[in-house]
Amino acid sequence: MTVAPKGTGTIQSATGSVGSKIRGVGGYRPERVVPNSELVEAIDSSDEWIQERSGIISRRYAAPDESVVDMAEKAARDAIANAGVDLAEIDTVLVATVTHPLQTPAAAPILADRLGLRCAAFDISAACAGYCYAIGIASDLVRGGTATNVLIVGVEKLSDWTDFTDRGSAFIFGDGAGAAIVGRSDRAGIGPTIWGSEGNEWQAIMQRESWMEFKDNPGDREFPALTMQGQKVFRWAVWGMAPVAHRALEAAGVRPEDLDAFIPHQANMRIIDAMLKQLKLPADIPVARDISETANTSAASIPLATERMLREGIVPSGGLALQIGFGAGLVYAAQVIELP
Amino acid sequence: MAQSEQEILEGLANIVNEETGLDVGDVQLDKSFTDDLDIDSLSMMTIVVNAEEAFGVRIPDDEVKNLTTVGDAVRFIQSAQG
Repeated sequence: MTVAPKGTGTIQSATGSVGSKIRGVGGYRPERVVPNSELVEAIDSSDEWIQERSGIISRRYAAPDESVVDMAEKAARDAIANAGVDLAEIDTVLVATVTHPLQTPAAAPILADRLGLRCAAFDISAACAGYCYAIGIASDLVRGGTATNVLIVGVEKLSDWTDFTDRGSAFIFGDGAGAAIVGRSDRAGIGPTIWGSEGNEWQAIMQRESWMEFKDNPGDREFPALTMQGQKVFRWAVWGMAPVAHRALEAAGVRPEDLDAFIPHQANMRIIDAMLKQLKLPADIPVARDISETANTSAASIPLATERMLREGIVPSGGLALQIGFGAGLVYAAQVIELP
Repeated sequence: MAQSEQEILEGLANIVNEETGLDVGDVQLDKSFTDDLDIDSLSMMTIVVNAEEAFGVRIPDDEVKNLTTVGDAVRFIQSAQG
């Protein structure tokens, strides 16, 4: 016996917009400034050594009782104010993070509740590419008609996940939150997202061991902090990501000389410099170098750098920026955006 | 096409000079990249990738840590060119 569909109903599709755009960005930097001098003893190093290898002078650490959601809320409120949107207009909340300390629930619904929202809310686990992943997803949600205004927050409290005795990573990470509002537009304010993964290299940046391994034998084990194979990541980021950035430009139909800013993930100043060499962008284009005072804040680094460059008047509102995120997974994403 | 040890050394010395500013004459077979030439791990990676391109060989990440001296690198490149 075969079963036939009734055929009496027709599904209606949601109606989206022609384009999407970033309506505003915001940032939150924790109060406490941590200079290299605070970290050097445990890794038998020096301020000079850290600056030479990373370009990092200082970073911010959240207070012990300051959570990922606390930081996310502050950045979110800043972005909402800068975008000039009413809270009630936000109908999706996306949080990109790898340091929210609960396996479940996600940070996004807790953040939404803090803002008095009951809209769709979920987290994205794409590490340092999380913000660019979120921008791509939000853009398509808006253009597809599922959402009208998406609140995106990239937020990390990496100080909780740092091994302060690991010479390769103790000085790299910082805490912070950056946010953006993605809404409708009658033209493209966000270019196509070029993204991908190289999961064969999943051990290049990782939590040292899984919670299950930790749970089975917690006695003499150290907290499973993040570890990184620095040289491998450097090679991948510089020579692997330059072609991705070029593809994002091509997909958006934007020439390098059209750019008003290049905003790469703030992984390491040496990566930024080496990547610039590969990209061969015109020398006068402003490049985000927020890492010197912020360190690597993973998913928060691009929106924090963007917010800073706009606030300091280094880049123009309405200008075009190429942004690229890359990190643990390994995963990456890039797109051209119009600055809010 | 395989190159002679001297040709590879000269090519490698130019790559090291470009990355670090070190004098080409300082890049000798018995010199250690870290201890003698003071080249850090990220500069080493840049040198490795540029050497791959210049000599048409593949130097895997895991192999880089075995290249202690300039001579180690020259011999690896020579054998990889086969």
